[in-house]
Amino acid sequence: MDNLEQIVSEACAAFAAISDPDALEQAKARFLGKSGQITELLKGLGKLPPEEKKTAGAAINVAKTAVETALNERREAIRKAALDARLAEEALDVTLPGRSETRGGLHPVTRTLERIESLFASIGFEVADGPEIEEDFFNFTALNTPEDHPARSMHDTFYLQNPDGSLADKVLLRTHTSPVQARYMQAHVARYGQQEKMPEIRIIAPGRVYRVDSDATHSPMFHQVEGLWVGENVSFADLKGVIADFLKSFFETDDLTVRFRPSFFPFTEPSAEIDVAFMSGALKGRWLEIAGCGMVHPTVLRHAGIDPEKYTGFAFGMGPDRLTMLRYGVNDLRLFFEGDLRFLRQFA
Amino acid sequence: MKFSESWLRSLVDPKLSSEELSHLLTMAGLEVEELDAVAPAFTSVVVAHVLEVVKHPDADRLNICQVDVGSGTPQQIVCGAPNVAAGLKVPCALPGAELPGDFKIKIAKVRGIESSGMLCSAKELGIAEEASGLLILPADAPVGQSIRQYLDLDDHVFELKLTPNRADCLSLLGVAREVGAITGAATNLPQVAEVPASIADSRAVVLDAPAACPLYYGRIVKNVDAKAPTPEWMRRRLERSGIRSISALVDITNYVMLELGQPLHAFDNTRLDGAVHARMAKPAEKLLLLNEQTIAVDADVLMIADDAKPLAMAGIMGGEESGITLETSELFLESAFFAPKAIAGRARRYGFGSDASHRFERGVDFGGTRRAIERATQLILEICGGQAGPVVEAKAELPARQPVRLRTARAEKVLGLPLGAERIAGLFKGLALDFAQQGDDFLVTPPSWRFDMEIEEDLIEEIARLYGYDNIPSPAPQARMAMLRQPEAQRPAYRVRQMLADRGYQEVVNFAFVETQWEADFAGKTVETELIRLANPIASQMAVMRSNLFGGLVANLVTNLKRKQTRVRLFEVGRTFHRDAAAVPVAGYRQPWRLGGLAFGGALPDGWASGGRKVDFFDVKGDIEALLAPAALCFEKLVHPALHPGRAARILLDGVDIGCVGELHPEWVQKYDLTAAPVLFELDFATLKAGLVPAYVELSKFPVVVRDLAVVVDRDLALQSLFDGLKRDLPPLVADLQLFDVYAGKGVPENKKSLAFRIVMQDTQRTLLDSEVDAAMQQLVSCLEQAFGAQLRA
Repeated sequence: MDNLEQIVSEACAAFAAISDPDALEQAKARFLGKSGQITELLKGLGKLPPEEKKTAGAAINVAKTAVETALNERREAIRKAALDARLAEEALDVTLPGRSETRGGLHPVTRTLERIESLFASIGFEVADGPEIEEDFFNFTALNTPEDHPARSMHDTFYLQNPDGSLADKVLLRTHTSPVQARYMQAHVARYGQQEKMPEIRIIAPGRVYRVDSDATHSPMFHQVEGLWVGENVSFADLKGVIADFLKSFFETDDLTVRFRPSFFPFTEPSAEIDVAFMSGALKGRWLEIAGCGMVHPTVLRHAGIDPEKYTGFAFGMGPDRLTMLRYGVNDLRLFFEGDLRFLRQFA
Repeated sequence: MKFSESWLRSLVDPKLSSEELSHLLTMAGLEVEELDAVAPAFTSVVVAHVLEVVKHPDADRLNICQVDVGSGTPQQIVCGAPNVAAGLKVPCALPGAELPGDFKIKIAKVRGIESSGMLCSAKELGIAEEASGLLILPADAPVGQSIRQYLDLDDHVFELKLTPNRADCLSLLGVAREVGAITGAATNLPQVAEVPASIADSRAVVLDAPAACPLYYGRIVKNVDAKAPTPEWMRRRLERSGIRSISALVDITNYVMLELGQPLHAFDNTRLDGAVHARMAKPAEKLLLLNEQTIAVDADVLMIADDAKPLAMAGIMGGEESGITLETSELFLESAFFAPKAIAGRARRYGFGSDASHRFERGVDFGGTRRAIERATQLILEICGGQAGPVVEAKAELPARQPVRLRTARAEKVLGLPLGAERIAGLFKGLALDFAQQGDDFLVTPPSWRFDMEIEEDLIEEIARLYGYDNIPSPAPQARMAMLRQPEAQRPAYRVRQMLADRGYQEVVNFAFVETQWEADFAGKTVETELIRLANPIASQMAVMRSNLFGGLVANLVTNLKRKQTRVRLFEVGRTFHRDAAAVPVAGYRQPWRLGGLAFGGALPDGWASGGRKVDFFDVKGDIEALLAPAALCFEKLVHPALHPGRAARILLDGVDIGCVGELHPEWVQKYDLTAAPVLFELDFATLKAGLVPAYVELSKFPVVVRDLAVVVDRDLALQSLFDGLKRDLPPLVADLQLFDVYAGKGVPENKKSLAFRIVMQDTQRTLLDSEVDAAMQQLVSCLEQAFGAQLRA
């Protein structure tokens, strides 16, 4: 039986010396193959007397198992070593930059408009839209600003030429988003006017507007957001509540004061200018004008076919460019319209 | 409206600081735009009398002055001012004085001579930007009086930004009345006595257009001295109101306008013939105005004329020929009420404005017309002397002040504020409004100076203003909760924008008005009738409305290349503008929303792995397909003025043209100084927002069969036409068909290309038989052969 122990230790030594998988399988044949040493011993069992067969057989099987175990361990070790080598080979410099498209981004004012729309959507305001080349009627007359009204000089209006060079006097570039109010109310009445109770109007209308004005703080094209809520019981106090809530939500702070100051617009009465002052930051304590607003003028309601005795409403028009500047600390309005990627990428 | 605080305080003097008063005015709707001190802070400067001047022994430019500063003993002061002279009254800073710029005055030796103070220029006192010498004071200035007191330098200038409805506050009288109402302070409004006639001269006045001019007072004043100096107090008040002193007579009319709000006009009486008429302009009437402009007036312009000729555009501007000069000795003074509607917009039409038209078109108090002519006469006689004739009055029907009803409940409803009738009555009393109360209703008769109290809302606004907007609560409003409809088949605009941003594009916002040349280059619009031109552009590069978004994007690219940005991906969402008679909602102008984009530079961001490939048509086409997925788009060759004719495509969705894509035309690449051609695209934005509600199709449980097919076709055959041909006659068991290789070159005959397709076949009900698959493949092959002359590739 010394022989068996010797075979096992020989096999273990032989396997341990091998690091190539094919050579290992060849070495296996020497011990476990058809004419391997262990196989030969098992074949020789038949010649043994029956009383020795049992013990000898058991001993050979123990040795066989030992050789197999050594073989398997070695196989696993070689496989592991090969895998480790491959993994080491395949290692990357994970600190190299990623390979993909960079992300672009939305214009900062678009970002603001999206936030405004979603804040107002959360209290049931839908988005409405209107033309930028607008009829004089909707821009002024329907908004209680007839021809020669002194308020018309508050707006420096861009007009268009007819193809023959004459003045196209019925149209203009809208000076504010308020004509969307007038159009929307008219359409709303056309749709629901026959009903006993007209559904409420709750809309905001963001968009581009145009005025003959260009300097460091004025752009001939800029943005406005019009808001309108008409219903059976809409009051000036509601207007104050909505605007205060909006400003605190938009700037995500309670650290600001909102003030309403009497003003004049032909299409609202009472009218107010809305100022906001922050309690901290670079603009601390300064009143900043951010919107005009008021209760929809009865003449405007009547123009749209709405009975001002039954329905009241408020409207506001605010400057999202200004809000964007305040929100992100941008100090020059003109940057919004220059298309400079170095500026725009900051809002990606 | 600009005025001096001390002038206002002479009329009403509430116990408030300047800042408090300013805040109060702003919160009452009279926005204070500026509040400035007329002089910076300084101390111990008095009126001094220069008694004696002798040359400094050791300095050429210095003088030693003996000066009376009111202390009893003359002071010795060394002075370097060139205009110092014995006998002058000048300001003197005493030892201990602190002047602007932190300048302290001490007793000191100047070149060995002791000097006890400093004689001052206006600049040294901070009341002028420049000065060439000492500030010379009038000879009667009281020696020893504080200069701040003497020149009223503790005064402030208020500048109000008045809204068009508050014309009643375009005067000191009006502002004082308002301050009285909001503070409760007593007012001391100017009392004007009638000036009795001392001569009988008069001129008849005829109201030919009584609706436009229902009230006119005229008076002759003779033997005036037009060269008399304007008194210092008046000059100072005018200057602090932003009005330059011109001559006593002009200054007086301006002063009365500022004080009482009534614009006046003074004619040279010797230039007038017969009666004075207030009439509408006659056909082809022309007038040379005081501003030296000759105006051909329209028929709806109200004129002041005499029997022979036009004299003035009523309420807007006087005529040059009948105006007063320094030689005038005989005046015809006008104080009239012109109806706002008769004045409104006229001055603007002719491209100018005046203080008078500004007031008349907003409404001037017709209750104060007479008072103003008396006040002006009184000041003229005081300052310029002369004798006044009787006041001639011409009067027609004045604007009626109808009582306006205010219902307490309505005011409470509109304001959202429980007020009660009692409080409303109190607020009306504060405004000195004439009202009658009927239960909870008020009947308010507006005063003659208010032109903004015609309807109930006007009164509600007054109530809110006086109650204080700040005092109205701001609760979260209550409303019926109803969910907003959000169509699933509609993608929000932001999602479309975000998809492009996620693919590397940065959004820009460009002006809607562009250079005329851009419309020619990028939209092919060269004919004037195709352009939409602005009548009043602010600059030539903003002259026409754009019909596509390309010009702005190319300009953005140029800007960014200058700033060393080498890889540029941009997009803009905006309206474009097209002449279209049938357009809605504004006839004549179609204004579709479009999305435009531009890609330039590397296909990938520059970097170790970018490979250096430049962006091309197909990169951008891929972006467009992704943007519109899962919709199947068709692309067909397009000739477009902005684009390379061989590298541009029209994009069709369900047969409808939804936009285009292509490389910028090489001509424009050169013209706009670009180093390579950007790829541009433009899409209809409404189409981009349309999506689909997904519809479920049952999945097949049976295996797919995949076959490849390679054919050789003519090189210039457009793939799209081949696809279209196959799809018309596609065997039903083909589930998918994709092009996976395009090859031309070695192994493929010249002018041919090889196309390789992968065809996926499947049936939803059973496993396909080989024979069916073979038949389907044969059908595809014969279609390709017959319709496109394709040959199976060996």
